[in-house]
Parts: sequence; structure tokens; C-alpha cells
Amino acid sequence: MKYAVEANDLTVAYHKKPVLWDIDLEIPSGVLMAIVGPNGAGKSTLIKTMLNMIKPVTGETRFWGEAYEKQRKNIGYVPQRGSVDWDFPTNVLDVVTMGTYGELGWFKRAGKKEKEKAIKALEKVDMLPFADRQISQLSGGQQQRVFLARALVQNADIYFMDEPFQGVDAKTEKAIINLLRELRSMRKTVVVVHHDLQTVEEYFDWVTLLNKVIIASGPAEKVFNEENLMKAYKSKVDKLFS
Amino acid sequence: MNVQIEIQLIAIVVALACSTLGVFLILRKMAMMADAIGHTILFGIVVAFFITHDLNSPLLIIGAALTGTLTVFLVESINKTKLVSEDSSIGLIFPLLFSIGVILISLYAGDVHLDTDAVLLGEIAFAPFNRFVVNGVDIGPSSLYIMGAILIMNIVYVSVFYKELKISTFDPNLAMALGISPGIMHYSLMTLVSLTAVGAFDAVGAILVVAFMVGPPTAAYLLTDDLKDMIFLSGIIGTISVVLGYWTARIFDVAIAGMMAVMVGAIFLLIFLFAPDRGLLSIMRRKKRQKYDFAQISFLMHVINHEGAKDEREELGINTIHEHLGWNKEFVKDIFNNLYKSNLVYIEDDIIRITDKGRDLAISNAEEIVNGI
Repeated sequence: MKYAVEANDLTVAYHKKPVLWDIDLEIPSGVLMAIVGPNGAGKSTLIKTMLNMIKPVTGETRFWGEAYEKQRKNIGYVPQRGSVDWDFPTNVLDVVTMGTYGELGWFKRAGKKEKEKAIKALEKVDMLPFADRQISQLSGGQQQRVFLARALVQNADIYFMDEPFQGVDAKTEKAIINLLRELRSMRKTVVVVHHDLQTVEEYFDWVTLLNKVIIASGPAEKVFNEENLMKAYKSKVDKLFS
Repeated sequence: MNVQIEIQLIAIVVALACSTLGVFLILRKMAMMADAIGHTILFGIVVAFFITHDLNSPLLIIGAALTGTLTVFLVESINKTKLVSEDSSIGLIFPLLFSIGVILISLYAGDVHLDTDAVLLGEIAFAPFNRFVVNGVDIGPSSLYIMGAILIMNIVYVSVFYKELKISTFDPNLAMALGISPGIMHYSLMTLVSLTAVGAFDAVGAILVVAFMVGPPTAAYLLTDDLKDMIFLSGIIGTISVVLGYWTARIFDVAIAGMMAVMVGAIFLLIFLFAPDRGLLSIMRRKKRQKYDFAQISFLMHVINHEGAKDEREELGINTIHEHLGWNKEFVKDIFNNLYKSNLVYIEDDIIRITDKGRDLAISNAEEIVNGI
């Protein structure tokens, strides 16, 4: 069976300090997976490495058995909300339209077809009334929904989301989780960096516990237990008592 | 074409070429890099001059453009070590390359027209003397043609790669994920910035180049929420600075390029103060208004909290309420009068009372504040 994502022997180092250490990870098609782990565990780095943004020291990632370059159009990415400048002079519709740029390729401009896609995606995240709004005037939750809409127009088969629940209001949290479930019902694979341990079992069916190495990865009911959590968060626990 | 018009035309073309790229520089928070490039190109020009011994050689432009790109590369290499911050890296590389250029000039090039004053300030008044002659026919000042070509190149670049520039400036991570290399966009932009600075330095000098690259886009940023409008507005602001600067310099008989740079600053200051939405005065007015609105709501809430209580005569009495709010009497009077005019409060037996309308307004506002949405 070909996995949606298969990472082999990924090691990422910053100077001499390893950030990720020999990661072997298989993500089956159609799961809704959370990556959890303490701060500095390398969760965002793992996503960025799998998506070719950070060059690993060793190892490679395959998507349905193929290299990233070949599958790029099937892969959607939602960066951390704080990674962009929300004072940039543009509006909501324009940001969402950016999701179509990959498909368009170099030189071609976004036209009517792309705008329509963006409008549909905005409707899905309940943000259509804000289409003409300058992005600096959005609340944190609204910004996150704009980012999700932008990923939706990529119409990918697998989505990577970097902390979409970070600092959002209850309404947005609900909107995000509904969207994730909808994506799963469409047989899409979704990988989410997640911080809130309380909601892991409720929201996700697949879990990877990470702390520089993979502690455990598999169905939530099997791997999301006290023993693994202790292992993943151990260094923190040790520090508390040392 | 007379000389006056030629000078202004050259400066306008320089302003447009600079501000077109400048918009992306300031959105990338690279204003200081533009400053550095504007100066370090001197090093490239001097080195190329030693090789060619010809001030009009195209190699000078290539050498300078390469130095600009080298500046960016060196700054980023130092910054990448994380031992030195980006602004310090610029502060290290910029003086280093620039002063090597200055030393080389003072050592070997004393006899030619290549001096530091000209590099920094340019002498736009002389620009029309250098003519472009084709088959013995004078078709205008050559710097107009050089800068015209650079302007066209910049406009073509920005329009062809508009979408790529926009996404790699706004969200380089997504750009990379979508297969649009932010690195290519970054270095192509920096190369054009260097080329523009080289082309312009002879005519207007490094300082005016930096002023045109940073000033008009920053001012335009305060006026609009749209990237395309920002580019157009920058061009307009640059053009106005040129014309105003030229005529002011003529009236007071001072350096033309210097006065143009002053005008860029003056127009920025005006926009900074008076921009309708993001200007300083408008922000201050809005803050004051918010403070006043909040005081009105606080006043109403105070009345709601104490009405009917034992001490209401004390808490809500017209002569004592100001002590409990901690405001001066005049302010309380002003707030009360405003609320009274809107039929939100009234006085009954020297005690301040609230109307149903006032109650609804206060409560709905308080809910908004508590829910934070």
C-alpha cells in the first residue's frame, strides 16, 4: 500500500544541534492527523522539511510514492498565521486568490475563474461578507479562516496546517473543525500541528507524538495514552523536578 | 526641449523607476538595504572603471549592479550565522564597501570626473550637458535615455512578475510551497534595484535615489490598502516632489537634488500627519473619540450600578457624582450634557437618572466589551 506521506530517515540539524532526528513517519490516506509535542519538539520544522522548505541532512519524503516536486499541486499548506505581515496592502479576496498561483504557474495572471474559486472557498469558511475587507481589519480568527480558504482553493488531496487553532475564538475553532471533518469525508488527508492536548482525541483520528524523534504514531485510541505523553513531554517533566 | 524641462523630466523618470521597485522594498522591510545598495555600488563603479578606464563603459553598470547584489548576499550571509542582526550586518557591509570605493577614488582617480560629492549628491543641473547624439543629430540628454530604459525595464518586470512579487513578499512560505521561488524573486528584485541605483547615481546621486525608493512608497502606504494603487500613488508623489523641488531650488538658488529630497520628506510629513485614515492626526482624533465614547458608557454604567441603592443620592447626586467617577466637574458636566441631548439621562430631584434608551445602549455596549467581538 502506498502511503499519502512517507518520510524516511529525516534528520534536520541547526549547526550541530539536531532538531529532528531520524524521523520515519507513515501517514495513511484519508486520516485527520495531529502532530503534538512540547515547544521546540520540531513540529513546524517537520512539516516544512516534508514540504521541501528546509533541506534535511539525511532522508527524504515521498507523497504517494513520489517526490514532492511531482506531487506539489496535490499538496496544500497553511502557514502559521503570525508568519505574515497582516498590514500588507491587500484584501481578503486577493489573499485567497493567492492559493491558485501554484496552479497558474509563472507569468499567468489570476482571472475570473480563479476569483470564482476564491469566492466559493470564502463561502465555505463563512467569510464571504469580508471579501473586500482590508486584511489588517480582521480578527485573529478571521485571519485564520482566510488562510484556510486560501488552502481550500488549492484543491489539494493532502493538507498541512501549522497551528490553525492558535489563538482563535470559539466560533473559528468550530468552523475549522467542521472544515477538517468535511475534508476527511472527501477522503482528503489532513496533517495539523496541534497544541491543545485536551481536544486531540475529539478532533483527530490519527496522532503523531513528536519530540525531536517520533515517540509514537498511529490511530489516536492506540497511541494517545499517558505513557507516550510522558515520553514526549518527559524533558519538560524532568526539568520541573530537577 | 529646454534645459529646465529636461532636468525635471530626467528627475521624474528617476523617481518613477525608483518608486516602482521601492514599493516592494519597503513592504519587504528593506529600506535600509536600498540605502546600502545606493552607496556600495560606488565600489563596483570604481573597480570597473579601473578595468576599462572609460566612464561611459557599460561595464560600469554591470560592475555596479554586481556590487549591489554582492551587498545583499554578504549582508544575508552574515545575518544567516545568527551572530549578527540584519541591521548590524547592513551597518557592517555598507561602510566597508563604500569606503573602499572612496579610498580607491582618492588614491587613483583624482584626475577624472569621479568624485565622492558627485556620487552622493549628483549634479542634476549638469545632466542635460551630456547629450545623446545619433548620426550627428542631438536627440536629448543621454541620462534621460538611460533612465528611460531602466524605467521601462522596471515596469515590465513588475507587471510581468506582479503576482510572483506579491506572493513572495506577503508570504514567502506559501510561495515556496506553490513552487514560486522567493529566492529568485528576491535576487532579481535586488539586481534591478542595483541597476536603477547605478543608472540614477550619475544624474541625481545616491541620496536622492534612496529618498525616491523609500519616501514615496512609504507615504503611499499610508494612503491606500491596495498594492496597485500604492505603486501608482508612489509615482505621483515622486513626480510632485520633483517639480516642487526643482522650482523651490530655483527660487532659493540651492542644490536641485537636495531640494527634491527635502520635498520627498516634506510630502511624507504632510501625509504622515494628515492621511485620512492612518495619519497621525486621524489616529489621535479616533483615540480621543474612543476615549470619550468609553467615558459616556462608563457614566451610564455607573448610574445603572448605583440606582436604587442606599447611597444613590451620594453616588449619583449632581454635585457629588464627579468625586465617585474621579473626573473633574467640567468633564462630568460635558458628558452629562451630551447624554442628555441624546435623551439617555435626565435629572430628577438632583439625582441623575437613566432612560430606557440609555439603559439599552449601555448594556449592549458592555456586552460587546465583555465578549470582545
